[in-house]
Amino acid sequence: MSKPAANQQTLSELDRPNSYIGKTVPRPNLDRLLQGRGLYVSDLELPRMTHAVFVRSAYAHARIIAIDTSASKKMPGVIAVVTGEELAAVITPWVGVLSHLKGLKSAPQRAMAVEKVCWQGEAVVAVVATSRAAAEDAAEAVAIDYQELPVVTDMRTALDPETPVIHASLGDNLAFERVLDAGAVDAAFAGSDEVVEAEFVFGRHTGVTLEPRAVVADWNVAEARLTIYQGTQAPHMVQNIAALHLGLDEAQVRVVCKDVGGSFGIKVHIYADEMATYALSKMLKRPVKFVADRMESFNTDIHARDHRCKGRIGVNRDGTITAFEIDDLTGIGPYSMYPRTSAIEANQVVNLVGGPYTTKNYRARARVVFQNKNVMCQYRAVGHPIACSVTEGLVDLAAMKIGMDPVEIRRRNLIADDAYPCVSASGLRFELLSHHQSLNKLLKMMDYDALRAEQASLRKQNIHRGIGIASFIEVTNPSAAFYGVGGAKISSQDGVAVRLDAQGAVVCQTSITEQGQGSESLTAQIVGSVLGVSMEKVRVILGDTDQTPYGGGTWASRGAGIGGEAALQAAKVLKRNILEVAAAILQSTPSELDIANNAVVNAGDGTPRIELRELARIVYFRPDTLPPGIQPELMATRHYVPRQYPFAFTNGVQASWLEVDTDTGFVKLLKHWVVEDCGTIINPQLVDEQIRGGVVQGLGAALFEKCLYDERGQLTNANMAEYLVPMSGEMPDIDIGHVVSPTSESELGAKGAGEAGTAGAAAVVTNAVNDALSPFGAVITEIPLTPELILTALKRI
Amino acid sequence: MGAGTTAAHPISLEVNGERVEALISPRINLADFLREHLKLTGTHVGCEHGVCGACTIRVNGEIVRSCLMLAVQANEASVETIEGLSDSGEISDLQAAFRERNALQCGFCTPAMLITAQDLLESDDAPDRERIREHLSGNYCRCTGYQAIVDAVEATAKARQMNKSRA
Repeated sequence: MSKPAANQQTLSELDRPNSYIGKTVPRPNLDRLLQGRGLYVSDLELPRMTHAVFVRSAYAHARIIAIDTSASKKMPGVIAVVTGEELAAVITPWVGVLSHLKGLKSAPQRAMAVEKVCWQGEAVVAVVATSRAAAEDAAEAVAIDYQELPVVTDMRTALDPETPVIHASLGDNLAFERVLDAGAVDAAFAGSDEVVEAEFVFGRHTGVTLEPRAVVADWNVAEARLTIYQGTQAPHMVQNIAALHLGLDEAQVRVVCKDVGGSFGIKVHIYADEMATYALSKMLKRPVKFVADRMESFNTDIHARDHRCKGRIGVNRDGTITAFEIDDLTGIGPYSMYPRTSAIEANQVVNLVGGPYTTKNYRARARVVFQNKNVMCQYRAVGHPIACSVTEGLVDLAAMKIGMDPVEIRRRNLIADDAYPCVSASGLRFELLSHHQSLNKLLKMMDYDALRAEQASLRKQNIHRGIGIASFIEVTNPSAAFYGVGGAKISSQDGVAVRLDAQGAVVCQTSITEQGQGSESLTAQIVGSVLGVSMEKVRVILGDTDQTPYGGGTWASRGAGIGGEAALQAAKVLKRNILEVAAAILQSTPSELDIANNAVVNAGDGTPRIELRELARIVYFRPDTLPPGIQPELMATRHYVPRQYPFAFTNGVQASWLEVDTDTGFVKLLKHWVVEDCGTIINPQLVDEQIRGGVVQGLGAALFEKCLYDERGQLTNANMAEYLVPMSGEMPDIDIGHVVSPTSESELGAKGAGEAGTAGAAAVVTNAVNDALSPFGAVITEIPLTPELILTALKRI
Repeated sequence: MGAGTTAAHPISLEVNGERVEALISPRINLADFLREHLKLTGTHVGCEHGVCGACTIRVNGEIVRSCLMLAVQANEASVETIEGLSDSGEISDLQAAFRERNALQCGFCTPAMLITAQDLLESDDAPDRERIREHLSGNYCRCTGYQAIVDAVEATAKARQMNKSRA
């Protein structure tokens, strides 16, 4: 893979002692978590802290007739019992729309319901008490009279004239619609040897972060400042939104994010109950803590991927794919989520379908409808699993139709590795991808031909194994095109400040956040490498709006690519500044000097000249000994945002090898492979573990995870015993390979990797199950692939 | 039933080798007692109904889900949490293996995962991967996909075996 010369030069400069870029090094500060000495929000206690518990609607759609809090207020330990109407005096409502998603509409949403409730689990009354147990006791004494309203649950009938409209002011239940028509789709289908159609159905599922959402809000009335301790991926976004709706300046809000017990996109949003908690603190002038319990998590953490997508593919007998067409329908609950909106997922599906392939003929329609279920919004790999399952499912169906091997049809249609830069049918701009190189590597890793032979011989023994393959593209490093252009105050740039302290150690403050991905590690690795300082001397501070530069945070696979580049640039400036001072002290010139192993050295032969510790001592304590006119600046700040490309697309390919028990319908995952291309790799182990974790989340969706609603809009499996997530015993080993195509937009060249695993996992499992079932003529295009679904397809039940 | 309506109950137990006397409401579960009364916040609460395993601790040498046990049931018991196991050095090799292998991301499941893994290694000094995966199946991890955890446990088992054969 060719690399721009500038990158090559920079990276080779980094190839010296203290070079951590591209190396597996353990993440700093893991002992804290390994010893149970982390600080998650659920662990936090503040003086005079109170505990909020929400009384939530038992109905999916109902009018609130009366609320009686009098008995509740008399319960022991109760400090306040607050209704939605009372809280509305403190916090204003919001509408989850963005201007670049044309036509997107939603109704005003409040921190707690006023007049009516729109989903089971919507908060109606808050009880604040001295302990959570006392608040829960008092919550049971709150009496609410409801008048049930007709519910809208099935997205397929949400737009029918006879279906009630959830928000009368909106006129109908259509939140958003997007259509796209590229190339000459009708002509392409008409001219195709074969056209194959299928409807793909996806189970609504959710992130199940092991630590539920948690927040402590602390309004200090004497300082007129609100401190929000929250496990969030985007502290500055929370600061902006909290200030906006509480009538404060952003300077009056500090957001602190310590350890976060899992996020995956679940904690990139701002939830109504979190807003209510901020408002309750302001109202009560003391800290208020809210920690969702597991049932609340299932009922209120955003859900995702509730889609039904009809797809068509045209194919010629030589394997040429002539066109794709999709008609996607998704139900997002009663409101478009704030502030990122609930139209992004469907929009991504339209953008991404067909993305790895050359055909320019593509037509898509996506409709996003309201319903009386919990809200849906962005969860890890937003839209990608849908788009990948539809695209790769259709490609396999086309291959089956013309009797071609699934690998061969992909070889004939994937965009050539030398065709870049290029533009997809939906208008996505690809700088440099590596579909073919990745596929070749994958086939080698899995020994595809041997596996096919094994499959054939096992079939004779009535053992049904399948191979599934799926290529994908992934949106990473989003520019302002994602949210900023639509009016959301969600920063697409990130900043890093790096300083040399008085003992020659380095402190970095970065606006990206850590939820376990390794943000702290990658920042320290980059800064240590550029500065020539050992990693253990680099301390990284994240997750505090009072302490870090302004920036977006960690989401959409942006931390390494955007925050990492800011770290690189800031460290370069600091290095220059250090060498200027060193040159003055040593009566040399900066170009004759370098830094290695925590000391300034001769650039030519590496001879140590002055320890950074000694340089810092002189600068901070004996500046009188420096030559006149020298003002050392041992702190540097740089920001970065991609400008040339709206997104740095990555690509990859996955494969699954599994066995279907045709008597029980159970699927046993035997092996999983991923080859992906995220550009420059900063820490190979961390990238691999991001991919593995992502794959397993996708495998959960493929086989187990589904929020089961009944016709009254009741979530019937809101607990961990009935909502199944992957367990270690069910998961396969996952082999990972890489192709490296750096982006030349940044000096670092890193793209994102956090969502690649999730993007393609469900698609390969579905394709593999269908491959296993091919002797039976059964095809399934629905997930999760439950035993019931499989046995039904086999006509066994 | 309100907290105020049920009389507090005295309990006496050993927690990480220290004697603890407390007067607590009978409805307090052991996880909440450890976290809220003793401030041992390394024991995490993920589901509060015994499924996710994040609250796993040791009681009288056996691993239990502390969210499924009442604190009063721990009267006269010996309780060990991640803080105690870390300070005693009992699992320092396992912790090092987790660190080396990046067998944790957010870290929320990690203390309980370590305790469950140690439980396996105490009863089986050469578990294969399948056995490790099976034993850890009651401890959910949403970040890692489990492979790194299995690797770390496997590596620790092998290292302990080698040390044993040397000794």
